[in-house]
Amino acid sequence: MSEPPAIHLQNVSLTRDGRTILDRLDLDVAAPGITAVIGPNGAGKSVTLRVIDGLIRPDAGTVRLSPGRRAFVFQRPALVRASARANVALGLVSLKLSRRERLERIDAALARVGLLERAGDAATRFSGGEQQRLAFARAWAMRPDLLLLDEPTASLDPAATETIEGLITEMAGAGTAVLLVSHNLGQVARLADETVVLAAGRAVERGPTRSLLFSPRTVEARAYLTGELPWTSFAAAS
Amino acid sequence: MSQTLQETLFRLSTLDRDVLSIAWLSLRVSLTAVGIGLLLGIPLGSLIAVARFPGRGAVVGLLNAFMGLPPVIVGLVLYLLLSRSGPLGALGLLFTPAAMVAAQALLATPLVAALTRQVIADAEAHLGEQLRSLRLSAPRRAGVLIYDARFSLFTAALAAFGRAISEIGAVLVVGGNIDGHTRTMTTAISLETQKGDLSLALALGAVLMALVLAVNAAAAILRSHAAKAYG
Ligand SMILES: Nc1ncnc2c1ncn2[C@@H]1O[C@H](COP(=O)(O)OP(=O)(O)OP(=O)(O)O)[C@@H](O)[C@H]1O
Ligand SMILES: [Mg+2]
Repeated sequence: MSEPPAIHLQNVSLTRDGRTILDRLDLDVAAPGITAVIGPNGAGKSVTLRVIDGLIRPDAGTVRLSPGRRAFVFQRPALVRASARANVALGLVSLKLSRRERLERIDAALARVGLLERAGDAATRFSGGEQQRLAFARAWAMRPDLLLLDEPTASLDPAATETIEGLITEMAGAGTAVLLVSHNLGQVARLADETVVLAAGRAVERGPTRSLLFSPRTVEARAYLTGELPWTSFAAAS
Repeated sequence: MSQTLQETLFRLSTLDRDVLSIAWLSLRVSLTAVGIGLLLGIPLGSLIAVARFPGRGAVVGLLNAFMGLPPVIVGLVLYLLLSRSGPLGALGLLFTPAAMVAAQALLATPLVAALTRQVIADAEAHLGEQLRSLRLSAPRRAGVLIYDARFSLFTAALAAFGRAISEIGAVLVVGGNIDGHTRTMTTAISLETQKGDLSLALALGAVLMALVLAVNAAAAILRSHAAKAYG
């Protein structure tokens, strides 16, 4: 752990329309390695990734990233009305590759997610899972130093999930720092070295994945992991 | 009435070269104007869709209002600019096809820009974050959004063509309806109606309708071909 962290968030706060979305959030992500962020719907996981990627400016706090290329696979893949190949190519525009290198990388990426034979098809007509695989292929092709994944296997079948998990592990092994948001706790256990629990815009608990998943210390983490729904406990209390 | 119809059919069957050259002029003027309208309107509309600046709401409102700009007003303003004593009088463009192109381009540009703004704003809401995340430059992002919205922009182009080919006020004022020089389908129809030659007016009207339908049909075929690949 002597490496400087790939991501360092300190005291990050964000308010929108009078609602507190991030509340003095602290988060460190080690490089290389896989860090998972878990937490209930609306906890601020996707917003946190957007802040890290520079898409949202927080109202307060520090965001420090180690230099290098970032790739972000969104929770809902956003694809252009063009071929699958063209959509992957979009990720390589800012990389200044030679034409040959670019084409090779695109095809390699499509092959890795099992979409090579669909390379010329309209990406916007892909199934939900195919679109998600395509979005991952685009990130893979970029060879990022920091990879932000927002539920990258949420709509994938078991085989595709295994493929993508393999690619994530491989990228982390090659030195990429991965931040993985997932509701799939099995996946978190399989992939993540460290896990952070987010609740109501705060990092309420963090630790090595296994000990956190099996013996959470905070009420929020326990509630999330045991599948307790915040509004049912609220209803029971009232 | 039925006699007028019979005559109309007769005139249609014997359409002379004059009518064809009038139709050709109308088509050339309107297509050129739409081309200019697209060249100016698409970048303008895209810019307003993506850029954030003070007074943007007012600009959008103004643009939307300009979609309904009365052609005769555009003609009048252009007339004042182009008339001999006007600031652009030296160009000698008044009562030329070029002036008619300019007038229709002034009608087409805000229409294209306003429709583009809406279409690109929708595309930006869907793709904007992703494109910024991919670290694409602003011009590149605009290009991708325009490409993504190309089928909708196609419809905007057709709307602009419809507005241009069917207007009469602007071409009449700046073109002058000069026989063999600036007479278009709409000004010719109006003239023949006034002269009482209803059958000729109707024959010209039928040709104009055919022209509009033909352009739209060609466009529809082109569009469906393209959309089949990447809709
Ligand atoms: N641009 C925005 N403007 C206003 N509120 C927003 C905006 N983006 C997100 N929010 C709010 O911030 C909160 C956190 O959203 P976020 O998408 O980060 O949740 P999440 O933890 O990713 O949830 P999920 O597990 O459902 O994906 C939500 O209540 C959401 O409504
Ligand atoms: Mg989310």
